[in-house]
Amino acid sequence: MLSVKNINTYYGNIQALKNVSIDVPEGSIVTILGANGAGKTTTMKSIAGLLKPRDGKIEFLGQDVTGKTPDQMLSRGLALVPEGRAILSGMSVLENLEMGAFQRRDKEVKQDLEKVMDRFPILRERRSQLGGTLSGGQQQMLSIARALMSRPKLLLLDEPSMGLAPLIVQDIFRIIQEINADGTTVLLVEQNARQALKIAHHAYVLETGKVVKSGPAQELLHDPSIKEAYLGH
Amino acid sequence: MILEQLINGITLGSIYAIVALGYTLVFGVLDILNMAHGEIFMFGAFMGVLVTNTLKLPLIVAFLVAIGVTAILGFLLETLALRPLRGKKGVSHLAPLISTIGVSIFLENLAHHFFGAGNHPFRTSFSEMSFQIGTVTVYAVQIVIFVIAVLLMVGLSFWLSKTKAGKALRACAESLEAASILGVNTKKMITTTVIIASVMGGIAGVLVGMAFNSVSPQMGLSMGLKGLAIIILGGMGNVKGAMAGGLILGLAETLVVVFGESGYRDAIAFALIIIILLVRPQGLFGKASEARR
Repeated sequence: MLSVKNINTYYGNIQALKNVSIDVPEGSIVTILGANGAGKTTTMKSIAGLLKPRDGKIEFLGQDVTGKTPDQMLSRGLALVPEGRAILSGMSVLENLEMGAFQRRDKEVKQDLEKVMDRFPILRERRSQLGGTLSGGQQQMLSIARALMSRPKLLLLDEPSMGLAPLIVQDIFRIIQEINADGTTVLLVEQNARQALKIAHHAYVLETGKVVKSGPAQELLHDPSIKEAYLGH
Repeated sequence: MILEQLINGITLGSIYAIVALGYTLVFGVLDILNMAHGEIFMFGAFMGVLVTNTLKLPLIVAFLVAIGVTAILGFLLETLALRPLRGKKGVSHLAPLISTIGVSIFLENLAHHFFGAGNHPFRTSFSEMSFQIGTVTVYAVQIVIFVIAVLLMVGLSFWLSKTKAGKALRACAESLEAASILGVNTKKMITTTVIIASVMGGIAGVLVGMAFNSVSPQMGLSMGLKGLAIIILGGMGNVKGAMAGGLILGLAETLVVVFGESGYRDAIAFALIIIILLVRPQGLFGKASEARR
């Protein structure tokens, strides 16, 4: 579904990604692991169109989408839940969700609103509250729910568990699995490597801007060097 | 007397509010001060003179021409003076500000060239028309100005809070990056914002021409500075703040006149703004918690 081929992304003169290649097959959950500064978020931003790779190619649904802007990527069916959630803090929860469906012109938006609020009951409860007044976990739910409002084919999740209490992290991972089971392909960036590998089908490990390892998630879960570096024993 | 001055103050204040709205929209979305806003306002006023005095056409045509010309000016401002500086490496954050100052000087000189340096009268068919209500005299012009100003403010508020495009503009004002990942074409939205802001300025220009019966190429500067003071007073980038701030400044200026200190009109009005800001540094409607806006 998504195929990233040898992209190099720079911040000014500093090279943040070095020949990164990633494949995301339709229907799967693929995870990108790595330490801080390894280039995970840069990879996500390059795919979503927020950063332009200097060279390399990105294909989505069989089309070359290299250099497209985020709104063009969204209209092709790729939604990003960014690091830090990007909640519109001065707009209500409901308005945030409506903005998620900004590009949609069909009549089923209302229906989808009900659906996501069924999935995230806390959002229904808080729907007229301003986005900025929600707790971290609620904001993460809102950010995911908002991305779902665009009916994405591929959902990019950048560190959805960051800064959340363990119980809520469990919730988030369960929700990601549900979303995937409903037919949405997921590309997940996580520092929480064990959890991510448990739900993913395929995994990539980034180190200083390079893919140093990739393979089926189950294999990586039992790989001694991965255990050492990312799983804590 | 005081009642008449109150009416004057509200009329003036509602014009200030519209000028300030144009400022605040651009600041909200782009985080820059558009120093050319006052000159675009001045061009709107001259379009009014041109249409009603020179061509002897009705006032409604003046508004339409002012809207059209200032919309084009807004579009040119964005595409020629602002967009080329955006997102480029090594461009100072002050560059767009300097660029808009350049545009303002250019527009002022252009107006000098086309219209001459002097004052131009701005007469409408109902310039002299007035009503007596008890002891109070109300001019028809004031009613027209007030109604147009209120309609504009109500319309803009409704557009921002209820329509899809208005919500997208608010999303852009919060974060261009967040808006773009939600599917908003931010480039288009920025252009739209600058155009809407310029049109607000243009309409305000025609209203000021009507209110003061006088238009000159220099009028942009003082109005520009007042607009700036108002959005600082109301809270940068805040729509309600611009409206309230405009009314406060308008009322303050006219009430100073009531107490016989007309020579200190601007000084006292700005002193009031300084005092309000000492008490509320973030502006009347600004949020204290937000570090930047």
